[in-house]
Amino acid sequence: MVRIMLRRMKENQSGVITAVRVKGELGRRIRDMGLVPGTAVKVCGRAPLYDPVALKVMGFSLTLRNSEADHIEVEVG
Amino acid sequence: MQATIALAGNPNSGKTTLFNALTGARQHVGNYPGVTVETKEGVCSHRGGELRIVDLPGTYSLTAYSMEEIVTRDFLTGRKPDVVIDVVDASNLERNLFLAVQLMEMGAPLVLCLNMVDAARNRGIEVDAGALSTLLGVEVVPTVARTGKGREALLDAAVRKAQDGTGSEPLVISYGNDLDEAIASMQDRIRSRAFLAGAGPARWIALKYLEEDAEILGKGDAADPELSASLREVVRKVSLHIARTLDTEPEALISDQRYGYIHALLREGIVRRQHDENRMYVSDRIDRFLTHRLLGPLVMLVVVMGLYRFMFTYSERPVEWVEGIFAWLGRLASAHLPEGMLRSLVVSGVIDGVGGVLSFVPLILLMFFGIAFLEDSGYLARVAFMLDRVFRIFGLHGNSVMAFIVAGGIAGGCAVPGVMAARTLRSPRERLATILTVPFMNCGAKLPVFAVLIAAFFAEARETVMFAITLISWAGALLAAKLLRSTVIRGPATPFVMELPPYRVPTLRGLLIHTWERTWQYIKKAGTVILAIAIVLWAMMTFPALSDSHSERFERERAVILASASTERAGELEAVARAEAEAGLRHSVAGRIGGALERVTRWAGFDWRTNIALLGGFGAKEVVVSTLGTAYSLGEVDPERSGGLAETLATNPGWNRAVAWSLIIFTIFYAPCSVTVVCIVREAGSWKWGAFSVLFNTAVAFALAVIVYQAGMALGAG
Repeated sequence: MVRIMLRRMKENQSGVITAVRVKGELGRRIRDMGLVPGTAVKVCGRAPLYDPVALKVMGFSLTLRNSEADHIEVEVG
Repeated sequence: MQATIALAGNPNSGKTTLFNALTGARQHVGNYPGVTVETKEGVCSHRGGELRIVDLPGTYSLTAYSMEEIVTRDFLTGRKPDVVIDVVDASNLERNLFLAVQLMEMGAPLVLCLNMVDAARNRGIEVDAGALSTLLGVEVVPTVARTGKGREALLDAAVRKAQDGTGSEPLVISYGNDLDEAIASMQDRIRSRAFLAGAGPARWIALKYLEEDAEILGKGDAADPELSASLREVVRKVSLHIARTLDTEPEALISDQRYGYIHALLREGIVRRQHDENRMYVSDRIDRFLTHRLLGPLVMLVVVMGLYRFMFTYSERPVEWVEGIFAWLGRLASAHLPEGMLRSLVVSGVIDGVGGVLSFVPLILLMFFGIAFLEDSGYLARVAFMLDRVFRIFGLHGNSVMAFIVAGGIAGGCAVPGVMAARTLRSPRERLATILTVPFMNCGAKLPVFAVLIAAFFAEARETVMFAITLISWAGALLAAKLLRSTVIRGPATPFVMELPPYRVPTLRGLLIHTWERTWQYIKKAGTVILAIAIVLWAMMTFPALSDSHSERFERERAVILASASTERAGELEAVARAEAEAGLRHSVAGRIGGALERVTRWAGFDWRTNIALLGGFGAKEVVVSTLGTAYSLGEVDPERSGGLAETLATNPGWNRAVAWSLIIFTIFYAPCSVTVVCIVREAGSWKWGAFSVLFNTAVAFALAVIVYQAGMALGAG
């Protein structure tokens, strides 16, 4: 088990969020979408220019920018 | 039973489909005062009673970070609806309940509408509505809004909730010892002074203080500075403690605990899944193809071109019909009104003005239909996903691309639907920057100006120049967006975090309702203001009329021609009429302004004739070419057949390639036409931005035109 930032995750890799390290509006938006510690995420793809990244969370698809994924720490197997 | 029911819910939860299913066409769209958030109200008959249904904006949460959420909160506390129906997507219960929990903490009289149970079942997801209802203490009604299934049961539940009249006891969630203690102490102080009693329950106010909610803090400071300061002190202390012990802040902890509460709730066997939660569904397989690294952009290109073709091909005939009707009205008025000022006002001012506005209607109708289709099907979110990286560089958003393309990103669009297409953007700063820069695209009405200049000066390099013009407008628009985003609309990028909703087939009813209501708004609002602008422009080009002695001179010339035995009397008479029209234009207010501006516009190579034409172009860009024609005594030039004007310009000593390029550049960038300005005012929510776009664009255009003209002359283009 290692902890990495969500940006570093590869396609089709799964993990569990351990921390969201950002305050203010961005932090709130990330958490509002269910990206809170304990949630399982899976990277399902990246846009043609490798940014933003598309995720599967709690059964739905979500996209965020790499710069936003930088604040999310994930534990991967 | 007379009751007001508010619909709340996440975007993509089927809330609007439910609203349409409940109210049908009996709805009214408006704006909340001062903001551009749309509000929809409708009436619904149920068991002999009338229910008023209000569709609140789609939100994921109830923070103070977006207008949508503030509007929702204000509605719930200010207007106190009898019932709030929270529409939740049955296949996406966890995230959807996050809003429900917050509504319950506010003490809203809630009924849960468990929507799209059919789609959930197809995904192998079953939700036990009865058990959920028992655990939450709220009625839960399964529905399929698309087919109307569950409608009656939902309304029955809503009416029951409204009739029992007890409202709802606010939900209490434990946020851990530290926060609970702080909340309890704050709650007592809030209660004892009835602090912000109108804004929400005491516990909810305390939570908002802990979340450092800007709106509630502002209201609190104004209402009772002393108490507010003491609450802030409690928050400061507990924040410090939490930062030391848990390395986080109250706001994060509150969100985490809310989700924790939902996770615990759903662990009670409420949701049964046949498959793994994050498995690939049909929609994901479509995405493998539609957002593929290479195929994705290709498909997008085809879709965008297709939308464009659809809009402009199918609107051509209806636009002609509308124009035909107004041309006929014009002829009718000409035939029945005595010659003179009144006729000129009615025909050139009123009929042409209103006709100009209404001729856009078929185009706007189809644009909204096409975009509503892309939006409702879920594809628009993918476009934003694929293009965000490029548009972000300029401070825009992936979704901005639609507005740019519709406005003329591929030459020949129209800025009016372009500005309106920016509605699909939910990020306020990016949206405003988009609205202000789309008029730089080359709309169909600017093309005749380019056509005349190209024919006159660059006939041998037609395609190259046209392509260069397209590139210049894109580069200008994106750079202007960057400039605006680093000056007047400065601010960090709005978080992109966005749902990619599953692909769905849109309902025709929904598409038609959305298309019509948006189009109708355009007709109503634009129609009135444009009429006024058209009349003002008409007056400027008509008054003051030529002096009697001046008119007499033309009369004498006519008399001479009539008396002569010349075989070309008709042609000579027309030449006099054209010369009179030119003299009249020069003499009018517009002509005088054009003349006065010459001193400045000389720098860009424009004389009074060009100035008047550009001034007229503010009314509608089509007018530029026809006014130039009048100013060069060619009579009214039909923009479609402007060969004569091109010849005149090519041989006129005042014109050369430097002037031509200068005018091309100025036309691309200067003030948007009046219809567009009115739309900007409407969409941006303030006259300030309309005025800004006129002044800013004209300043940019003039600076660039001067540079181009001076450089061209220096390089010997003259």
